[in-house]
Amino acid sequence: MENWSLFSLCVLLGLTSRWAVSFHSYSGAGKPPMFGDYEAQRHWQEVTYNLPVHEWYFNTTNNDLNYWGLDYPPLTAYHSLVCAYVAKLLNPEWVELHASRGYESHSHKLFMRATVLFTDILIYIPAVLLYCFYFCDGSSKQKVATALCILLYPGLILIDYGHFQYNSVSLGLALWGILGLGLGWDLFGSLAFTLALNYKQMELYHSLPFFCYLLGKCIKQGLIGRGFFQLAKISLTVLVTFALCWMPFLSDPKQPLQVLHRLFPFGRGLFEDKVANTWCSLNVLIKIKTLLSRETQLFLSFALTLLFILPSSLKLLSKPNLWQFKLALVNSSLAFFLFSFQVHEKSILLAAFMLPLLVKDGLLLPYVVTSLAFLFLSLYLLSALERSTEEELRLGLYRKLTRHWLPKLNLSRIIKWKFWFSLVAMAALSFTSVWLEPPAKFPDLFPVLVSILSFLHFLGFIIYFNLVQLMEPQRKKSQKKTN
Amino acid sequence: TVMAAPMTNDQSWFYALALGVSFLKCLLINAYHSTDFEVHRNWLALTHSLPVSQWYYEATSEWTLDYPPLFAWFEYGLSHIACFFDKEMLVVPNLNYASPATVLFQRLSVIVADVVFFYAVKECCKCLREDKGKDLLGKPSFILTVLLLWNFGLLIVDHIHFQYNGFLFGVLLLSIARHCQNRHFEGAFLFSVLLNLKHIYLYIAPAYGIYLLRCFCFTQSNADGSLQWRSFSVVRLVILGTIVLSTFAVSFGPFIALPALFKIWHRPNGARGFLRCLVICALGSFMFGWHVHEKAIMMAILPLSLLAVDSRKDAGIFLMLSVTSHYSLFPLLFTTQELPIKIFLMLLFTIFSLASLKTLFRKGGALLNPLEVTYLLGLIPLELICEFVYPLTVWQKTFPFLPLMLTSVYCALGVTYAFIRLYISLLTCSDTTKKTKMQ
Repeated sequence: MENWSLFSLCVLLGLTSRWAVSFHSYSGAGKPPMFGDYEAQRHWQEVTYNLPVHEWYFNTTNNDLNYWGLDYPPLTAYHSLVCAYVAKLLNPEWVELHASRGYESHSHKLFMRATVLFTDILIYIPAVLLYCFYFCDGSSKQKVATALCILLYPGLILIDYGHFQYNSVSLGLALWGILGLGLGWDLFGSLAFTLALNYKQMELYHSLPFFCYLLGKCIKQGLIGRGFFQLAKISLTVLVTFALCWMPFLSDPKQPLQVLHRLFPFGRGLFEDKVANTWCSLNVLIKIKTLLSRETQLFLSFALTLLFILPSSLKLLSKPNLWQFKLALVNSSLAFFLFSFQVHEKSILLAAFMLPLLVKDGLLLPYVVTSLAFLFLSLYLLSALERSTEEELRLGLYRKLTRHWLPKLNLSRIIKWKFWFSLVAMAALSFTSVWLEPPAKFPDLFPVLVSILSFLHFLGFIIYFNLVQLMEPQRKKSQKKTN
Repeated sequence: TVMAAPMTNDQSWFYALALGVSFLKCLLINAYHSTDFEVHRNWLALTHSLPVSQWYYEATSEWTLDYPPLFAWFEYGLSHIACFFDKEMLVVPNLNYASPATVLFQRLSVIVADVVFFYAVKECCKCLREDKGKDLLGKPSFILTVLLLWNFGLLIVDHIHFQYNGFLFGVLLLSIARHCQNRHFEGAFLFSVLLNLKHIYLYIAPAYGIYLLRCFCFTQSNADGSLQWRSFSVVRLVILGTIVLSTFAVSFGPFIALPALFKIWHRPNGARGFLRCLVICALGSFMFGWHVHEKAIMMAILPLSLLAVDSRKDAGIFLMLSVTSHYSLFPLLFTTQELPIKIFLMLLFTIFSLASLKTLFRKGGALLNPLEVTYLLGLIPLELICEFVYPLTVWQKTFPFLPLMLTSVYCALGVTYAFIRLYISLLTCSDTTKKTKMQ
């Protein structure tokens, strides 16, 4: 079958799953007075449509910041404004100032879900297709299989179409950034990533690799001469984009400061809820949240985050190629997730580990179905378990370390067993979280167990990926098979 | 008849496709469901709560039991599992009861019952001629599996609108597969089971009757395929007697199929001829029968899929018929929420069938001539007008049924065209049977 038909089938399957998940409940459905993220997005449409720009991030009589105040950068606000214009055309009641608080109806839900689908089709899905087409090695069938697995990734689908958010915009823009850099269009890539950053500040997790890659490339081209010009062009692009996005807020120095204050709420503490990162897991044993002062906590998280990103970034700086870039993205985002301040579990976007959140939203069924489907699909299509010889898994370094003590160890078999064990543990935890009552002394037992289990996995991943990036040579490109 | 080549060892793709479509069905659990949902809930309730003698008299709900007894027994069996989900659904006066547990149970029952369909499709694939050495996406059995397991009509009628067609068509396809495999007793038995599950299959009973009478009761044919009267077997006739008698059905349809029946009596062409005649009976009854539902077109499309992966001409007819009739099912899902689903799934199925059949029969020119392509492309503006443009005009209030009428008339053209082509191809097909000894 021709490529275009295979790719369109993947897209259609992805779109169908997304829309089918959207039939289910959303965050905070029917739960006054605060509701959830769905209501937050609706509220931002109301605020941006009815109030002038300089009031969006400020606490005024018309804008109560305690009720879902804007806490994303300006591009999200502009996006909400555009959606609000459409909403006003369809039904003005949806964005009526104050009166539309907590508005819920079937047609409104359709409208909101449609806005997510629209931006997904516009930004995220084309980026995925282009990425798989140009940057995946293997036969065209393997590219299509990769595209299918990415498009059916449960985390993004469940958060965007279930819980309700617009992660596909920021992730899609970031992916366009990666595409740009991969194709050698540095300016375009920088532009796209800057837009992503201006949409969600969470993209800071990816910013260091972008910076190091581009800087490293410029240095390689010679800081006196071509490299310098390239660096200047990139910096100019970034600065101009920032200026354009923040233009309405630059008239008064108080404005950008307030926006930054909303974007980075250091006042909210080291972590909230149950997150699979170091601080939350550590808090189970040592109550660092209460033991240390706010300043010490900030310093500690900053120091550890820096510690964990530095090796990967420096390696990338010295060897700015795509392979290193991709690994650095993983390592940087993992490091930020594990160690930084005020992390939300949504920041990880990995399906199984958002279980408590999804159960709270009434999304258990789609969670189970999409996770199982994704797991099955990746195992079947990408033959993940078959390609797990030691060489493929890059366990060379581990081999060297353990050779002295445990020479008879078959590492690849251990990894396979560990994989199945993790799956069983996750399934068991999912089951107990839903069906069993926690003991009265530990009411949060199951979410905490989920967080700790996930945290241990992430810790293992960050060590593994760092080792791969720092030590192993790039695997040789497999021969391109013709279709 | 055509018999199977040895199957390849790696069958995992079949289970992957089956599992994948089951996951999709699970995601559709919360979609819109029609009054048919309440129909089946009511039947669960009355078979569970009332004695058998009362089943066909019970009339508290307007949706009285109007399927044959075997289906009622099926509902009775399901009702015993239903009590673990929500006992309230089994109370007859609970009209329109649709708690989340009820929805979950009913939807799951359709999904699980589809296992019969999966098995039948697997058996049908064994009847296909396999070319060795083809890559997976070009294998006829792969294409047929997708065309059947992921059939658009079945997905939206069974798993959104709500019905049990998958399970019933499974029995039908299994019966066809048994005939292809020369296991005629099983095939006939399965068909009589099917008739007792849903009497609409009487439409195709004539095809069964005449074919079995001709090919099974008369054990030998002459060299040119015509009848050898002396090989008549009384035993077989008696065994098949009950089925043959029921072929003289009530609806008008079978009479339209008369020339086709005569043809397979005169010059049967083995399993393929039987299938073709079956499709014609189904289509004929659809076109001329009494009180026909649009869902009845499925009875023609599913068996036609078997023919489509086997011959070029049939593939062309299948494309015309399937795209047209799948589009004709659109008015079944009229809610805004389901609009993207039906468009995505329709595109999915259409693109797959076009691309895969084109690749399968790439030697020998295009499958569809320009006129047919234009007709099919015309469905796009038709959909845009009926569902997007028309509701915004003034006529929506004064002539609200105009889009439905447009849809029906436009699709009727395509269905009639396919019917005529199928009929012609049956009447003019060359006889390829050699002298065969029927077991």
